[in-house]
Amino acid sequence: MKWRSLIPLVAVLALLGVLLVGLNLNSRELPSPLVGKPAPAFTLTALEDPERILTEKDFTGEVALVNVWATWCSTCRAEKPLLMELAKAGIPIHAINYRDEREVALRYLEISDDPYRTIAFDPKGDAGMEWGVYATPETYLLDADGVIRYKRTGPLSRELIRDVVLPLIDKLRTAQREAAS
Amino acid sequence: MTARAAEGLPRRAVAALAWLLLGWLLPAGMAVALAIGEPGDFDSEADRQQYQTLIRELRCTVCQGETIHESNATLAGDMRRRVYEMTRDGQSAAAIVDFMVARYGDYVRYRPPLQANTVLLWASPFLLLLAGGAVWWQVVRRRRDMAQRPTFTPEERAALERLHRSD
Repeated sequence: MKWRSLIPLVAVLALLGVLLVGLNLNSRELPSPLVGKPAPAFTLTALEDPERILTEKDFTGEVALVNVWATWCSTCRAEKPLLMELAKAGIPIHAINYRDEREVALRYLEISDDPYRTIAFDPKGDAGMEWGVYATPETYLLDADGVIRYKRTGPLSRELIRDVVLPLIDKLRTAQREAAS
Repeated sequence: MTARAAEGLPRRAVAALAWLLLGWLLPAGMAVALAIGEPGDFDSEADRQQYQTLIRELRCTVCQGETIHESNATLAGDMRRRVYEMTRDGQSAAAIVDFMVARYGDYVRYRPPLQANTVLLWASPFLLLLAGGAVWWQVVRRRRDMAQRPTFTPEERAALERLHRSD
């Protein structure tokens, strides 16, 4: 009879445990089905030159980041100093300029820093859909074969770069060197 | 200011306001209708049906509580447009859902598929039903046992006696 009186206590503790785990989960962060898949195909023009055609091939060939950004996205603006640091450290960063206006985006890059090596202009979000973009900024890490190895939805942080992105880049670059030799 | 002018002013103001409202609401209403409403033409009634079903079964990943049918988000608009284009191009409903799942993950499906990681989700209502049934059966059994007991036990009799005497 004694153990029966413990049932409500155990049940409540179990429920609290479940709720506690739920609190720590971020329901906005969805696992991307694209990790482990090749960079999705697209055909867009270059931001700085409407005559120049860019495809996903222009993003691949070496370990690189692909950043999806827009001038209307204030989080992207806040994230850019970190991208500048990465670019200065010799990490190629390509970009998809998402649902933006060409002149506005160009002027913005003119008056501020530009960490990007290649920028594909995606005013209608067509490439965005292929890449599963739903909340800018988003950042993908591609290996030398153009396979997506990591995806971050939302801004990168210093911690994330230090703990996840840079170690992964080192690992992928080592793998690339070993494959080449 | 004369009385007539004072009268005329509000009337003119009301008329101006009415025109302003009309001019403002009409395009706004049309814009909403364009954004939310169904796109132009379908080749067949089956295509229209497929489109209407699909936009109610796909989740907007930005505003996660809404289908792309309900959502006002730009991304939902893009997704509706893609569903429309793919439907018009003769793609099956399964192919369109697969297309979205490949890009946004299983989460875009409002009706989760029955697969290894969703077994618990699908089974939990039945598990709860079983648990409830077990509790109910226990209660019924205990009550039946109590009802079937014909007389008081000697201890209960003694207790009753004590109660009577203390009156």
